[in-house]
Amino acid sequence: MSESAFNFAYLDEQTKRMIRRSILKAVAIPGYQVPFASREMPLPYGWGTGGLQLTCAIIGPDDVLKVIDQGADDTTNAVNIRRFIARTTGVQTTTHTTEATLIQTRHRIPETPLKAGQIMVFQVPQPEPMFRLEPRETERRRMHAMADYGLMQVRLYEDIARHGRVATTYDYPVMVEDRYLMSPSPIPKFDVPKLNQSPALMLFGAGREKRIHALPPYTRVEPLDFDDFPFERQRWDSACALCGSRESFLDEMIMDDAGTRQFICSDTDWCGAR
Amino acid sequence: MYVAVKGGERAIDSADQWVRTRRRGDRTLAELTVAQIQEQLHRSVARVMAEGALYDPQLAALAIKQAAGDLVEAAFLLRAYRTTLPRLADSLPVDTGGMRIERRISATFKEVPGGQILGPTTDYGQRLLDFSLLDENALPDPRESVHRPIGAVASSPVAATGRVSTPPRVTELMGRDGLLESEQAPVGDPAPADLTREPLRFPAARPLRLQALARGDEGYLLGLGYSTQRGYAHTHPFVGELRVGRVEVSVIAPELGFPVVLGEIELTECQMINQFAGSDEAPPMFTRGYGLVFGQGERKSIAMALVDRALRAAELGEPETAPAQDQEFVLSHCDNLEASGFVQHLKLPHHVDFQSELELLRRLRADHGAREL
Repeated sequence: MSESAFNFAYLDEQTKRMIRRSILKAVAIPGYQVPFASREMPLPYGWGTGGLQLTCAIIGPDDVLKVIDQGADDTTNAVNIRRFIARTTGVQTTTHTTEATLIQTRHRIPETPLKAGQIMVFQVPQPEPMFRLEPRETERRRMHAMADYGLMQVRLYEDIARHGRVATTYDYPVMVEDRYLMSPSPIPKFDVPKLNQSPALMLFGAGREKRIHALPPYTRVEPLDFDDFPFERQRWDSACALCGSRESFLDEMIMDDAGTRQFICSDTDWCGAR
Repeated sequence: MYVAVKGGERAIDSADQWVRTRRRGDRTLAELTVAQIQEQLHRSVARVMAEGALYDPQLAALAIKQAAGDLVEAAFLLRAYRTTLPRLADSLPVDTGGMRIERRISATFKEVPGGQILGPTTDYGQRLLDFSLLDENALPDPRESVHRPIGAVASSPVAATGRVSTPPRVTELMGRDGLLESEQAPVGDPAPADLTREPLRFPAARPLRLQALARGDEGYLLGLGYSTQRGYAHTHPFVGELRVGRVEVSVIAPELGFPVVLGEIELTECQMINQFAGSDEAPPMFTRGYGLVFGQGERKSIAMALVDRALRAAELGEPETAPAQDQEFVLSHCDNLEASGFVQHLKLPHHVDFQSELELLRRLRADHGAREL
């Protein structure tokens, strides 16, 4: 079968409309998980089918697309997703955060501050922040409806009681506009402050779990914490071995058999531009 | 510059090429054809159509070829293709009562109207390796070269003489005495929700549960069904009837206004009969579990019927204690595309999250060391 047998951006137009309606609802109720009729995609579940469906539903021929995984444009999954979207839409792709109108990501938010008009699409494995605390969706829906988030506060408290600090380092639970507890997807805690009052639209797609949630531009997003144990960002004792950055998220590399370590920026575009 | 474990496009292309080479195998051997798979591996084709949720034997065979025989992967390929197809119309419900029977047995009665029709089954033979199949140059037996007339071999003289092309359902015969719960569609029965068009939400009604089970993973349902037989939910099951055969699929074309037959599909249907102690509202009676799958899929249809019945615990006022009775547990994990994808996504890089955990662990260990001093 030739590629022309597939619609622009793979999905048929009815499906795109269905997804866009769900996105609109998600934008209207920031942090609320909107169920949507997730489709099978030609990538396996867990590879970013939710994010991919959002991207396919909203991308237009004039968009400029950037795809990252773990912060990098050249990781295999990012390459694969970028090729798929480019192949089914013909849109221009870029590795530069500043040039992109649409950025699909797994596990990171770029270091370069986002601008108004840009859209971030997050790939989300598990949209429900409380799934480890309460496995039943019926029960969790009730908890969200009542804004009953005591369980999560207790969990953070238990971390502090046991470890002296909150032991959640990624997928850190956040409160959106004082109403909904939201999973920011498995971005590191380091990236969480970037969600607050961001000028860009943030869309979160969970394909396997069939949920979309969103943060419209300039939404108040606060990590859950305590007055006496405020939220802390991760920090490194080293600087990037390539660009010398001390303000970015650093990946640790093992350089040789002796276990020599080196740290470099996870965001390859940011690192390269310096 | 040191480049970490990051693959470029060339690496991905090479990996893809290697898969193609590996799939083709030894080039001195003839290539496997899609038609051969469709005809000679039809049980694989049936499983891929069931879990791929698309009735298309040729494309299922193609998927099996492309996946080098990995049936879960083949179901995935088929589903990924299915999702691109427009939904043109809904068919009328298929009538399994009007099935062209190939095989039809009841375990609850020695003899049933219409007969016990064994059909193509290995149930009553020995599972001995047939070494004659190794000799692939032997001439085909002309007696096997044409399909036998359907239902030609019935088990008893009654059936042989009284045979009808569409035997009545055993469950209907039992239902007449009120011993078995009746399953009449209520007046004004609303169209069931469609799992492929709306997300599954809990609690899910039985039509949705059956949809999920029908395309659920055979191995998963087999294990869950088996667990109900070993004390994890008692359902006391009997196979009231198991039938395999072909049914017509019809649609009502809007411009015509009457049903038009599009073709036939092969189905396996299991009507399970289970005990029910009764409740304040209902007298004791037999209840039903239902299984329906594409192709000849007896193992799956029986397992599905067991799980369907177990999932009715709440409706029938039975205690819910076993995994097979918990619909969120059963339905959230029965789809092998979802399960296979998420389990295997652990292969994808997670170094950002891992780095975060590493950093935390070092701090915790430092705290720990400081406390001990």
